[in-house]
Amino acid sequence: MIQPLHACLILSSLLFCIGLAGVLARHNTILMLIGVELMLNAANVNFIAFWRYGAWAGQSAGVMFAIFSIAVAAAEIAVGLALVILIFRHVRTTSIDRVDGMKG
Amino acid sequence: MSISFIIISMIILLGAAAAVSFSNLIHCALSLAVAMVGLAMLYLHLGAEFVGFTQVLVYVGAVSIVVLFAILLTRPAPFSPGVHVPWHGRVTGILVAGLVAGMLVGAVLGTPLTSHVGQRVITVKQIGMELMTTYAAPLEIVGLLLTAALMGAVILAAPENGEKKP
Repeated sequence: MIQPLHACLILSSLLFCIGLAGVLARHNTILMLIGVELMLNAANVNFIAFWRYGAWAGQSAGVMFAIFSIAVAAAEIAVGLALVILIFRHVRTTSIDRVDGMKG
Repeated sequence: MSISFIIISMIILLGAAAAVSFSNLIHCALSLAVAMVGLAMLYLHLGAEFVGFTQVLVYVGAVSIVVLFAILLTRPAPFSPGVHVPWHGRVTGILVAGLVAGMLVGAVLGTPLTSHVGQRVITVKQIGMELMTTYAAPLEIVGLLLTAALMGAVILAAPENGEKKP
C-alpha cells in the first residue's frame, strides 16, 4: 500500500506536469499564466505534505512557506495579467506566436 | 491513503486538466477555480485549515476573477482569423510533460520516505504569533512586494494619456 506522503508527492508531481503541458502546448498567454499558477500550487502541496507527514519537531515552517508562496503567486498573476492586457492593446492578440517582434 | 484523498485528487487533477485543455477561455478560468477549490479541500484534509481558507480567498476569490477579467478585456475582434496552432507544438509539449511526469513519479516512488502519521494541528493563534515574531521580516517584505506589484500592475494596465478608448 502506498504511503500517504508518497501519494501527496505523486499528486503534486502530476499537477506540476499538467501545468507544464499547459505552458508548453497552448499558445495563449493567459492559458500559459494559468499553467504557471498550477505549477506554483504543486509546490504548495509539497510544502503542506512535508509539514504534515515529515519529521516533526513542532515547527510551522511548512505552513508559513505555503502562505508566503500564495502571496507571491498573487503578486505574480497581477503583474502577468497587466502585461497581457498591455500587449493586447499594442498588437490586438493574446497569441504568443504573434508577439515575436522586438519593435513596438 | 483514504477514499477522501482519492476523491480530492480526482477533483484537483480533472479540474487542472480541464483548465489547460478547453478551447473556450472562460471555461478554462472556471475549471481553474474548481481545481483551486480541490486544493483547498486537500489542505483541509491534511489539517492545514488556515492555508485552506487562504487558498479559497486568494485563488478562488481573487485570482480566478482577475483571470476572468483579463479574458474579457482581451476578447479578439469578431471575424478575426483564428489562431492556427501547429499540431507538432502541442504534441511536443504533452510529450515533454509526460516524460517529466514519469521521471518525477519514478523518483518519488524510488525514495524511501517514512510518513509520520499523527495528529498535527496548527491554530490561527500560533500562526499569528509566528508571523509577528519569527517571520516578522518576511511578512514586511511580502507586504512591500504586494504593494509594489499591484501599483506596477495598475500603472502597466492603465490607458496612456491621450489614448482613445477602444
